[in-house]
Amino acid sequence: MTTIKNVSRRSFLKLAGISSSSFVLGMNLPITQVLAGTQGTLATAHELNFFVSIANDGLVNLICHRSEMGQGIRTSVPQIIAEELGADWDKVNVVQAQGDAKYGPQSTGGSASIRNHFTTIRQMGAIARDMLEQAAANIWQVDKAQVQARNHHVIHIKTQQKISFAELAKHAAKLTPPKSEEVKLKAITDFSLIGKDVKLVDLDDIVAGKAQYAQDIQLPDMLIATIVRPPVVGGSVVSFDATEAKKVKGVFDVIALKPRSIPVNINPLSGVAVLATNTWAAIEGRKKLKVAWQLGDKQSHNSETFKAELVKKVNEKGQHVADKGDVYAHRYDEKNTVAATYTVPYIHHAPMETPAATAVVTDDKCTIWAGTQAPQWARRKVAEELGIKKEDIDKIEVNQTLMGGAFGRKSKGDFIVEAVELAKITKRPVKVIWSREDDIQHGFYHSIAANYHKAELTADGNADFWLSRNAYPPISWLWNPDAKTPSDFQLGLGFADLPFELNNLAIEKHEADSFVRPGWVRSVACINNGFALGSFVDELSVKANISPRQMWLNLLGTDRLVNPSDNNFNYGNYDLDLKAHPLDTKRMKHLINLISDKANVEVKLPENQAWGISFLRSFGTFVAAASRVEVVDNKVNVLEMHTAVDCGIVVTPDRVKAQMEGAMIFGLSIALMNEISVKDGKVEQSNFHDYPVARINQAPEMHVHIVESDAPPGGIGEPGVPPVAPSITNAIYHASKVRIRDLPVNKVFTV
Amino acid sequence: MIKITINTKPMTLDVDPQMPLLYALRDELKLTGTKFGCGAGQCGACTVHLNGKAIRSCVTPVSAVAEQEITTIEGLSNNKGQLGESEMQIAWREFKVPQCGYCQSGQMMSASALLKEKSKPTDEQIIEAMQGNICRCGTYKRIKAAIKSAAENTVAAQGVTS
Repeated sequence: MTTIKNVSRRSFLKLAGISSSSFVLGMNLPITQVLAGTQGTLATAHELNFFVSIANDGLVNLICHRSEMGQGIRTSVPQIIAEELGADWDKVNVVQAQGDAKYGPQSTGGSASIRNHFTTIRQMGAIARDMLEQAAANIWQVDKAQVQARNHHVIHIKTQQKISFAELAKHAAKLTPPKSEEVKLKAITDFSLIGKDVKLVDLDDIVAGKAQYAQDIQLPDMLIATIVRPPVVGGSVVSFDATEAKKVKGVFDVIALKPRSIPVNINPLSGVAVLATNTWAAIEGRKKLKVAWQLGDKQSHNSETFKAELVKKVNEKGQHVADKGDVYAHRYDEKNTVAATYTVPYIHHAPMETPAATAVVTDDKCTIWAGTQAPQWARRKVAEELGIKKEDIDKIEVNQTLMGGAFGRKSKGDFIVEAVELAKITKRPVKVIWSREDDIQHGFYHSIAANYHKAELTADGNADFWLSRNAYPPISWLWNPDAKTPSDFQLGLGFADLPFELNNLAIEKHEADSFVRPGWVRSVACINNGFALGSFVDELSVKANISPRQMWLNLLGTDRLVNPSDNNFNYGNYDLDLKAHPLDTKRMKHLINLISDKANVEVKLPENQAWGISFLRSFGTFVAAASRVEVVDNKVNVLEMHTAVDCGIVVTPDRVKAQMEGAMIFGLSIALMNEISVKDGKVEQSNFHDYPVARINQAPEMHVHIVESDAPPGGIGEPGVPPVAPSITNAIYHASKVRIRDLPVNKVFTV
Repeated sequence: MIKITINTKPMTLDVDPQMPLLYALRDELKLTGTKFGCGAGQCGACTVHLNGKAIRSCVTPVSAVAEQEITTIEGLSNNKGQLGESEMQIAWREFKVPQCGYCQSGQMMSASALLKEKSKPTDEQIIEAMQGNICRCGTYKRIKAAIKSAAENTVAAQGVTS
């Protein structure tokens, strides 16, 4: 594997030798020479389905149709296909799919790749395996039931004769593929690749510095564009003076982007672009550009005062989300009641690679190279931009690069449309690059949010008369300027899916206006909901004078499958079947006990040190976290962190572990430091000095505990994050008696 | 015209002397293994070696490194000159350090510069040398482990040859 490769349906057919000899792939890719080595085998490969083709030398080309952002999906998807196919991992070549609806859903977000598509991905391998087995059975003139694909061969079970995939491929490709629902999938107990750590697909390239990201695309005659955007969402350019900018050597042109309006959608923000023949000239030219702005009415926004409004709201009765029994008829016994309000600020993804995209637009074609979590969505947005009809969508080619981190940011294709807009005007290849300042000031932020909880303790160390409320600008505002509350689906993210065994419950939402672009940040509303819930359970345990472990166990109650829809709520369960992916309190309690035992959270610690725990099921996966902190001289040191995860079937164990390690650091950043503040409609932060993220000196000792399970797989990219921040703030409380209800911690303590 | 030795090869660059080395490497020489992360020397993604020492190429003008030796990730090698086989890269593969991978060139460059200076760095020295390199994926645990392993292997290898 030398670099990330993209193959369109048409060129894949050509490569498979089905179509003519006019070979176009090399022209579509920026680094043609890199491909030269693999063309031979690819060109003679036999296609068994969209995802599987086998070359005459036996090399199996497997398509990865999902987007890689560090989660390891370019290993895990092919690993699943190879499992069902019976392929030898050492003879697998991974080919990255372009954005194309024929692959099914490609939008890589919500930790969905495996939890929602495990079966269909397996079927792609199984269909191809079935065809290879049929081809071998035909040769031996036996029934297909008497042969079996194993280790890159098909074996005649009785005689132990075998024929290699290399020999079978050309015969198999001529067969009619079986229907996906008719192919037999392997028994879980027969897995030989799933659940094993295989060689990671992109590891060698990354370590050699050869891996290709969107920022790395280079085309002949390419212009580099940097864009100065309206400082306030909804603002626009009044006028600009490019005289000095154009004097910078290498600057090609200065162009005003078309005005955009609300709803902001995932459109560009407009602004003025400086285009140059090299990056430095573009940056220097931009420094000399003068722009006059119309800021618009979002300049009234100040995040501190807005947060105070949200806090006030959640302390008052809101709109119904879910209910059981009657909370409002109850007279709370104040001495046994706990009520608290929790807030999180706007939070930004800040992936190490800022957004970038390259586009070439000709009269009848648009070719794009970008790292995008949603290549089909980007394609549709580009079609809209260029006025290309749905039936002509193949005129747009979205080539997928690796993403240097994404965390939700790169699901939005605004930067891709920017490149297309400029490439169309200049008639040259244009690479749009975002500076770190652009990235931090013009993001799609996790919404500033307030959550409220109130409950009364019962005599047996449990709680009842539970009241929860939240308020935050909803993501749907992007498309609908009138949207003021989250959808039921969003409210099912760690809020209305409360798994506790309560007799009386009221869950409510409040309206909130929007002023900056909201977006999905790793684990989405589970960030604020998980922080509030995890903190509140800890506060209850303190009031009840029992251990946090016991409080969680008491609240979760008996072993049962919870259905949040029983509480007059329309529960979405992350688009998962509730039967296959239940809210199983037994699995939840097991994790509470596992994390408590593994981290040994009830051991006596030195003065000023303490453990904190928390838990949340999100994206179909159960995760508990424990953190040990020390608070000395008003400084918080996080000394040790554990995560226990039950995600059902594990495909690539080391990457599950890696995602959990990464989630601990991501959650650590959220807990300790992450805050985007807005003043007069403008984001106040600009780079890593004022939007700090965790560095190695803050990274504690870390442990990951994976529960063995044969349950259907849950998500992995996001679920590690939600319990981390509350585990840290709970630990801070137990170490210092200071309760942090307003993130981040660095407002109170040095970190 | 500015002369620089890059990955042991003499190069001549016809660019604005104020152009940061990062863009000269990436745009002019197509050495894209060195990454842009912040443009302000705050994140370390652009780290390369200047005469063996780690520097941030995004804030270092080309003119400041004229007539000197630059090593990028593409030029990292073991003591036999085998590219991609430095002890640090071997350790990075062994511990499967990268997630998205974007910051990892800079991480390995900082780490290998550390090892040149201190063959057996302590935990504190590792943290001190590496805290200028941000990894948003959070691979710090494995970065620490890989550096320690590379240090041990380097010391062991030198023990054999001496």
